[in-house]
Amino acid sequence: MMSEIEMSRRGVLAGSAAAAALAAAPPAEAQPAKAPAPAIMPVSLTINGKRRDLNLDTRTTLLDALREHLKLTGTKKGCDHGQCGACTVIVNGERINSCLSLAVQHQGDEVKTIEGLGTPDKLHPMQAAFVRHDGYQCGYCTPGQICSAVAVLDEIKRGVPSHVQADLSARPQPTDIEMRERMSGNICRCGAYSNIAEAMAEVAGATVKEMGA
Amino acid sequence: MKLEIETPRHLVDVQDLKLDRIEPTTDGGLRIGALVTNTALAADTRVRRDYGVLTRAIVAGASGQLRNKATTAGNLLQRTRCPYFYDPNMPCNKRKPGSGCAAIGGYSRQLAVIGSSDQCIATYPGDMAVAMRVLDAMVETVKADGTSRAIPIADFHRLPGEKPHLDNNLEAGELITAVTLPRPLGGTHHYEKVRDRASYAFALVSVAAVIQKDGSGRAAFGGVAHKPWRVEAADAVMTQGAAAVTARAFANARPTENNAFKIPLATRALAATIAEGKSA
Ligand SMILES: Cc1cc2nc3c(=O)[nH]c(=O)nc-3n(C[C@H](O)[C@H](O)[C@H](O)COP(=O)(O)OP(=O)(O)OC[C@H]3O[C@@H](n4cnc5c(N)ncnc54)[C@H](O)[C@@H]3O)c2cc1C
Ligand code: SF4
Ligand code: FES
Ligand code: FES
Repeated sequence: MMSEIEMSRRGVLAGSAAAAALAAAPPAEAQPAKAPAPAIMPVSLTINGKRRDLNLDTRTTLLDALREHLKLTGTKKGCDHGQCGACTVIVNGERINSCLSLAVQHQGDEVKTIEGLGTPDKLHPMQAAFVRHDGYQCGYCTPGQICSAVAVLDEIKRGVPSHVQADLSARPQPTDIEMRERMSGNICRCGAYSNIAEAMAEVAGATVKEMGA
Repeated sequence: MKLEIETPRHLVDVQDLKLDRIEPTTDGGLRIGALVTNTALAADTRVRRDYGVLTRAIVAGASGQLRNKATTAGNLLQRTRCPYFYDPNMPCNKRKPGSGCAAIGGYSRQLAVIGSSDQCIATYPGDMAVAMRVLDAMVETVKADGTSRAIPIADFHRLPGEKPHLDNNLEAGELITAVTLPRPLGGTHHYEKVRDRASYAFALVSVAAVIQKDGSGRAAFGGVAHKPWRVEAADAVMTQGAAAVTARAFANARPTENNAFKIPLATRALAATIAEGKSA
């Protein structure tokens, strides 16, 4: 997939150059007389427990709605193509890439972002563990990593299967290899992976104790 | 769409159609609604027990976040394409019919070794459909005029031929409603995916296999052709071992210099699944 990412980056640059050239000299037939006005639709979502009503261009992604319209800039845009996980948020209890979802598809949904997990004064246990274990360097991927990590532990608890599971009928356990496999959708260019795995192991350990296992 | 490779005038949101259930069929199989997510399908206890190859293929694909959102129909309909498809500066018969193919003579390490044409050598990228091919699933649809049909998965995706812009045989306006699986096959279920990194990468080669106690079985290959690749005559020699199977399955292969390695790799991947089946 790496080459696909590289190629598509090149494609993006080439594409925008081509778009600029087009704007400078529009071929007559490719230019409609008047661009139609963008379609605007109302959408209501519950974000971090608060209901938010928006009027959005239907092409707005959930990620752009969060960052540009609601100014919840904790959620990051890395690739905008589902390749990096920086935009991970938790929707109705499941993690998704908010860059690949249109906001208008989320009418009535409950969205949890990094801002809703904890605050600087009252960190979520996963946030505290990331701090303790140095689970980041530049921090750009971190909100996505933390949202994903919280959801991963929940997926393991719910018994969602994974690629590294030997026996599909067994319940998955929060082992290092399970957590690493499940976190593969979150890329960290700084390479903080081993510390992220340690932070998760700490929280998973505490959770397992809590469950009396 | 973000790269303006596709510029649809309208998008129809189908997510609230009630097609998100997995139900038993009257002949002992399962009907999977088109909107069942990849995560829900992989986690279903019936699928894990009776169609393990399908769970294994799904969890080998994409990432946890993507699988939570991906649907049965949407995953089947991933575009068959290659990296040049995304680069509007390069010729691509799939993006722009008649413009040529940058991959032929270009960078083709990941691309097709069989079933390709002089117009296109892209590979179908999905994992789930490779397992559905080995299970002989049926794709149920409804057309714009309200009539419905069931398409065998073998005939669902197309080879590029002279019309590489068509990935599958759906008609315009035809909606997938479900995918049905026939009665369970028994045996041991395997999905071996060989890729450039251990997780979150498309297959160089993948094998979906169901192996029976007596050594017979069936296998479909991913990452090698414009559609999931299975040759029933090759399945027939499964008891003779992996090399015999791939000799038949890849008999008419036309690899490029960059990707000829995929054929021995397919043999080794199948050999690994057969060995796994024996030790299970
Ligand atoms: C970075 C990345 C890595 C990935 N890696 C893998 C991988 O390794 N293996 C793998 O298998 N997949 C992989 N995927 C693909 C991912 O699983 C797909 O993007 C996903 O399955 C698309 O599903 P969707 O349901 O969101 O489809 P959509 O994007 O919603 O739909 C895809 C197409 O199908 C059409 N469609 C959807 N539903 C229907 C219906 N009911 N009837 C008719 N047409 C319909 C849509 O109009 C669209 O044209 C990867 C994706 C990304 C972004
Ligand atoms: S292989 Fe197919 S998708 Fe790739 S450039 Fe050639 S025509 Fe386009
Ligand atoms: S920004 Fe969404 S996955 Fe990279
Ligand atoms: S901390 Fe820098 S990208 Fe992960």
